[in-house]
Amino acid sequence: MKNAAELIKIKEETLKNMKSYKYNIRVCGGTGCTSSGSMKIIDELEAQLEKAGIRDDVNIVQTGCFGLCALGPIMIVYPDGYFYSRLEPEHIKEIVKEHLVGGKPVLKYLYSETVNDGEISAYTDTVFYRHQHRSALRNCGVISPASIEQYIAMDGYMALAKVLDEMTPNEVISTLEKSGLRGRGGGGFPTARKWVFTKNAKGDKKYVCCNADEGDPGAFMDRSVLEGDPHSVIEAMLIAGYTVGADEGYIYVRAEYPIAVEHLTTAIKQAREYGLLGKNILNSGFDFDLDLRLGAGAFVCGEETALMRSIEGKRGEPIPRPPFPAIKGLMGKPTLENNVETFANIPQIILNGADWFASMGTEDSKGTKVFALGGKINHTGLIEVPMGTTLRQVIEEIGGGIPNGKKFKAAQTGGPSGGCIPASLIDTKIDYKSLTDIGSMMGSGGLIVMDEDTCMVDMAKFFLEFTIAESCGKCTPCRIGTKRLYEILEKITSGRGEIEDLDRLEELASHIKEISLCGLGQTAPNPVLSTLRYFRDEYEAHILEKRCPAGVCKALLSYEIDPEKCRGCTLCARKCPVGAISGEVKKPHTIDKSKCIKCGACMEGCKFGAISKK
Amino acid sequence: MSNCSCVPFKGTKEQQKKLEAAIEKYKDQSGALMPVMQAAQDIYGYLPIEVQKMIASGLNVPLEQVYGISTFYAQFSLSPKGKYAISVCLGTACYVKGSGKIFERLKTVLGIDDGGCTPDGKFSLESCRCIGACGLAPVLTVNEEVYGRLTVDDVDKIIEKYKALD
Amino acid sequence: MANVNIKFNGIPYSVPEGITIIEAARLVDVNIPTLCYLKDINEIGACRICVVEVVGQRNLVASCVYPVSEGMEIITNSERVFNSRKHNLQLILSTHDNRCLACVQNGHCELQKICRDFGVDDVNMFDGEINHYEIDDSAEHMYRDNNKCILCRRCVAACEKVQGVSVIGPNERGFNTHIGCAFDQPLGDVACVGCGQCIVVCPTGAISEKDHTKSVWKAIQDPTKHVIVQTAPAIRATLGEMFDYPIGTNVEGKMVSALRRLGFDKIFDTNFGADATIMEEANEFIERLQNGGTLPMITSCSPGWVKFCEHNYPEMIPNLSSCKSPMQMLGAIIKTWYAEQNNIDPKDIFVVGVMPCTAKKFEIGRPDQSASGYPDVDAVLTTRELGHMISRAGIDFKNLPDEDFDNPLGESSGAGTIFGATGGVMEAALRTAAEKITGKQASEVDFMEVRGTEGIKEATYNIGGVELNVCVCSGLANARKVLDAVKSGEKKYHFIEVMACPGGCINGGGQPVQPSAVRNFVDLKSLRAMALYSEDMRKTIRKSHENPAIQKLYTTYLGSPGSSKAHRILHTSYVERDKF
Repeated sequence: MKNAAELIKIKEETLKNMKSYKYNIRVCGGTGCTSSGSMKIIDELEAQLEKAGIRDDVNIVQTGCFGLCALGPIMIVYPDGYFYSRLEPEHIKEIVKEHLVGGKPVLKYLYSETVNDGEISAYTDTVFYRHQHRSALRNCGVISPASIEQYIAMDGYMALAKVLDEMTPNEVISTLEKSGLRGRGGGGFPTARKWVFTKNAKGDKKYVCCNADEGDPGAFMDRSVLEGDPHSVIEAMLIAGYTVGADEGYIYVRAEYPIAVEHLTTAIKQAREYGLLGKNILNSGFDFDLDLRLGAGAFVCGEETALMRSIEGKRGEPIPRPPFPAIKGLMGKPTLENNVETFANIPQIILNGADWFASMGTEDSKGTKVFALGGKINHTGLIEVPMGTTLRQVIEEIGGGIPNGKKFKAAQTGGPSGGCIPASLIDTKIDYKSLTDIGSMMGSGGLIVMDEDTCMVDMAKFFLEFTIAESCGKCTPCRIGTKRLYEILEKITSGRGEIEDLDRLEELASHIKEISLCGLGQTAPNPVLSTLRYFRDEYEAHILEKRCPAGVCKALLSYEIDPEKCRGCTLCARKCPVGAISGEVKKPHTIDKSKCIKCGACMEGCKFGAISKK
Repeated sequence: MSNCSCVPFKGTKEQQKKLEAAIEKYKDQSGALMPVMQAAQDIYGYLPIEVQKMIASGLNVPLEQVYGISTFYAQFSLSPKGKYAISVCLGTACYVKGSGKIFERLKTVLGIDDGGCTPDGKFSLESCRCIGACGLAPVLTVNEEVYGRLTVDDVDKIIEKYKALD
Repeated sequence: MANVNIKFNGIPYSVPEGITIIEAARLVDVNIPTLCYLKDINEIGACRICVVEVVGQRNLVASCVYPVSEGMEIITNSERVFNSRKHNLQLILSTHDNRCLACVQNGHCELQKICRDFGVDDVNMFDGEINHYEIDDSAEHMYRDNNKCILCRRCVAACEKVQGVSVIGPNERGFNTHIGCAFDQPLGDVACVGCGQCIVVCPTGAISEKDHTKSVWKAIQDPTKHVIVQTAPAIRATLGEMFDYPIGTNVEGKMVSALRRLGFDKIFDTNFGADATIMEEANEFIERLQNGGTLPMITSCSPGWVKFCEHNYPEMIPNLSSCKSPMQMLGAIIKTWYAEQNNIDPKDIFVVGVMPCTAKKFEIGRPDQSASGYPDVDAVLTTRELGHMISRAGIDFKNLPDEDFDNPLGESSGAGTIFGATGGVMEAALRTAAEKITGKQASEVDFMEVRGTEGIKEATYNIGGVELNVCVCSGLANARKVLDAVKSGEKKYHFIEVMACPGGCINGGGQPVQPSAVRNFVDLKSLRAMALYSEDMRKTIRKSHENPAIQKLYTTYLGSPGSSKAHRILHTSYVERDKF
């Protein structure tokens, strides 16, 4: 591969080849759909096509994530873009026969929202998709991540060619600056400034690192990009290397992401074969190569200095900044580190221009943001929306609202570092400043929705439990302080709380925030502080009334049998593991509270809804 | 926090060759230790002292450094998992129904402690927190299989069953 | 380097660019408390005690690692800073064994002092779950009690960065993090060399030497025992620190006086043993040089170094001089020659070494160290332990008269004295070897090139037409560098002096513990060494072979250096040990 012209040739050939098929079928091969069985769908599809004798007419592309994980496995049939959801292998025979041979889509297997009175609408018009704008995810669910040609067909590596042919490092930086791109890993630091610092740092050797150690519980944005579009990250790292003067890079990815690792490995190999990694790239004199390093199960390695220690083969313990990695990073050399989503945006910004990117979003937050929607929401999955979209749009429209008619209580962003947004602030715009102002943060993109059945004290405790398990143990406030915070929460949820504990919580939380060594400790108290801010009454109920309003904290619950509803079937007595329920057959039963361990087995078993917890 | 494994190390020549190859491959790279340890974990399934010594010698780093890393990252394990991994729920419901006694019985029958593995590599034993099967208490799992409403006598039968399975 | 203008608590100063806040504070007489910080080797910002306010920064910053910059305004004395430090101390105390009165560091503990300074009035404020650790008493020379460990990691830095021994480190993570050996093996089972550098940097009582004072008190009170004490060259230069003398004060006369008042029957000087060592070692060197023996020859006075060599460079054991250390030589001479001359059964003699060294506690139990059939030395006290014994006995050290060592084994040369500083053994050996090789009286006795506190020193001397390449190193991390260079063939030396502790015995693991506030900003090594070099200058006899008592030992008993009798009594052997 010598120049842009060769890239264009490959693009044209690939597109021509794809047009030669009667059908192009995209099947989601992301982690979500894979675990719901999409590989079996592909096998069955191939078998049935073979049987029907039309295997050569159909091109099957195994892509990255489509986003609507709740409806997986998903398959889209082009040229029409018909969207099949929740497929079972048994459905395939019918789809091949009716749709691919007969030309009539099988309505009953299509995503119900795309079918109205027998009319099929474009899936892009559904509420899930129509508010989205896919920039970082542009190729996810579109191309095969295992094919560099398909990436090139989507103008892949054209941004690199443009940078190497036409742009100076300063021009690249000023483009990024004008675009307003900020780090998508959580901190929101202006990307251009990081690049300038690293570029200006003195050093005979520099590195570019990609932080793919996504660890927030419930977050899988970066995983989806790496699984679905690994070349976009490689291309951006090449651009970064050229700009800051680095010739070597590392992608640090969680070992728990086997598909991402596989696709990245393939992509690196392909890029080397095409001469897009290595020496004298595109005949420009620019050398750059990169390697994968796998995480080994330590959340703290998402912190940039800890990540570098880990790449160096050490315990992933953060080190104080300054000096910042841009000056003294990996192996003591100037290092640029960005997160996956940040990188994935960059080729688009180069090709479409800074203005295109800056046209999306708000004053201080440009472009789009990818979120992993999870928790008590109908459309769990992956979305990308312009900055400034309101939380209400995300939850009620794109997310399809709360299941089972429950009430929205709060949303949590930023994982263990973030905070919760109460229902009263559902019209908050999603941008860096607005979220920080209300005591939460953008975070890397995990968005957990909670309904009325969620106890906010328990939620805070859950995140603290996560933090203490993941604290590296180096600095005092995080090592001991977070443990003590957790213990106070434990005390409150087990009914031993005193009202003074709330002051101690606040005092300790702000102490930890103020003097911890790294971001993990500095943000660890946020879930406590934000729930205290918006749900103080819940804390007080636990302490003063010894009551958990959401009915979650076991120690504060009591189970009762409604004598009106109980038919005396004895099932509950038989289910109870500790023999706490007694009563005569066909007469109302009672629970001995001193024996009850609150496991809930009786309530689950009761066919008459006679047992309730309070 | 039991770090010691009572399973005698049974590394083969072949495994050692593989580890040596991994050391050779990464030796001259910066940050070689992690990838080599990950390779070793793949080869042996865990990182006992014998393996960590090979790594420390091969890469010329202190053994304590290797151990410090192996206990920092959750992915690394110091004791092997048995072919049949037994987990006994010691959550409240199971405990009050006598899972503690069942756990003790297993320790005696298998001759290993919490977190241990039998010398033939067949069984490993650990306690766990509530697995949400309180209605079946007391409960244990063998790999994915759940056994509930157990008595101490059932323990021997279950072990016999798996012994017979090879 | 350019200067920057900064403010401390509102007062403007100009300080060098690029230094840290804590270094700048020192320049302007502001003290900032620290627990983890050790200059150059442990700048990790972990304990968070040294936090200060920097105007414009949202959070407090760790002054030990944060560099000053133009216009920076630093506040060290605000309520916010005080409260933060206090809370942090209370968090530490919530996991710390707070039984201070029964702690060996009581009164000297850095944590205790900072708690007092910051008015910690409630040690139970953050009480909660704690981890309990077994005390590791497996090593011959020390205890490790992790219940008192505050995870400052100074010991780890000393073990790894200074000594290159690296047998301890942080294990596990988060709240379960603790300092230990690989697989949490006891220290006695790993390649710990016993140097004690971890002890002298520990800010609490988590690490301390094994107490030999009990057996020494017992021997003194036992009428059937003839109890002889010998003091290493470096003790006279440091014992004063236990009684608030300025660092580097030579208190030899008062030390002897105090020992006599403690009830020792005889007070001898390990300097005599050092002179004997030179007699044997110079002879051994010349033999090797002239008869094609294994070169380079490496000194063997430092038991920490010897053990390090046995674990890490067993292939170089033939390079080690077979000479016992001065302490062991003197012990052996006491239990043979002295015993015979005074008609005392060696089994009734109890020899106590006062040493700057914890590895000596291990050395006395080594094989092949019992010339008389009984151990050459029976107990080893560190400088600290001796200081504590003097205090317990109610001896008013400062007002003691100066007294002299007993004869004949209290007589020594200046060459023996300088054994206590890095380069001293080499210089002493050269003074003797030069005259032995040339057969002429040398006028020059000062070998300045091998003096000084640098970790590695090299020199070439032309002695009797032979070019001798010598190397002196201290701190085992430096020894590693030197040995690797020798092994690779990069360096060719004839004679190497290795001292396990950086700077030599004056900075040994048994020396008085100076708090980090002193250690970080005062050059302990030079100040203490100065006391020894001035004594050498004052002495009329400065060469070991000119020590009349030494001459008498050889003429009346041993014959000549290297004789078979000398070998039996004054030489030893080594064993290969595991690397891990």
